[in-house]
Amino acid sequence: MRRYLALLLLMLMALLLLAVAMQFGFGAAPMRVGSAINSAAPGQVGAANIVTSVVLAYRGIDTLGELAILFTAATAAGLLLGQRPATTQPDPEAGFILRHAADLLFPLLLVVGLFIIVHGHLTPGGGFQGGVILAAAFFLPLLARPASRFRHGVFGVVEALAGAAFIGIGLLALTDGGPFLQPMLGKGVLGHLVSAGTLPLLYAAVGLKVGTELAGLMAGIAAYEARDP
Amino acid sequence: MQAYAYWIVLVSVAVMLTGAVSVLVLRQYMAAVVATAVVSLGASVIFVVLRAPDVALTEAAVGTGLAGVIMALSLRRLGLHRDDDPAHHREDESGER
Repeated sequence: MRRYLALLLLMLMALLLLAVAMQFGFGAAPMRVGSAINSAAPGQVGAANIVTSVVLAYRGIDTLGELAILFTAATAAGLLLGQRPATTQPDPEAGFILRHAADLLFPLLLVVGLFIIVHGHLTPGGGFQGGVILAAAFFLPLLARPASRFRHGVFGVVEALAGAAFIGIGLLALTDGGPFLQPMLGKGVLGHLVSAGTLPLLYAAVGLKVGTELAGLMAGIAAYEARDP
Repeated sequence: MQAYAYWIVLVSVAVMLTGAVSVLVLRQYMAAVVATAVVSLGASVIFVVLRAPDVALTEAAVGTGLAGVIMALSLRRLGLHRDDDPAHHREDESGER
């Protein structure tokens, strides 16, 4: 009985959502803020990718909050993982296909991740997306050879420096007379690699921080063996 | 929106719904994790059609890749990755007792 009631409730909710969704055409923007930003952003910020100019220039402090949330979540997950029993043996090496695919894919993923981070202000993507790809690149060799040591120390230092760099660039804008995280260093030529002022630097910091953080988290989860049942 | 976009969205929605229902129905935990990744993959295709490539990249990288890996690793930590059939697993436990 309860199941059917839940089903009925879900169907009613779906009906309500559909009624709301019918108001808008599929893929049509219902608000005018988007088009206003689209026309103003290239001239004001100088980034060819409008999304980046919103994420790092207009809403830079939101991005800082996002980084803080990710950091807190990764830290909490790391605390919950607990300790690895000293008696457990390292996992056996992966099979032929995974080992060699990991060797082949590692440089490729590294290049793709860095490309997406460096071109964050020109093409779709940026620090968060590229950072996740970097994390995958660093986790893949660990998946292939679980016995190899993951350098938590180095990754932690890089993560801390990247996070500090993001805030430091934001604070530098204060000494320049602008508000926190105000883009500096001029706009440059729209569409060039060196353009949009400090935005590429900010995205590099975001990419390094997200990449090292998530790689460390995945390595942490992978290292702790399941408890004996 | 172009005519072919309509069909791409239709196929993606069908794939996503199939994936979502499979998560509930599949008996193997690891297969259910893969099915959640398929749902994210369909969503990222729809984001491309809606001309939001940034969101599509995020959905593909985080939803399909990272979330799947973390869920798979969690299954391993919980010791559920070897027992293919949950019902079978319960039978084993009760048998021991």
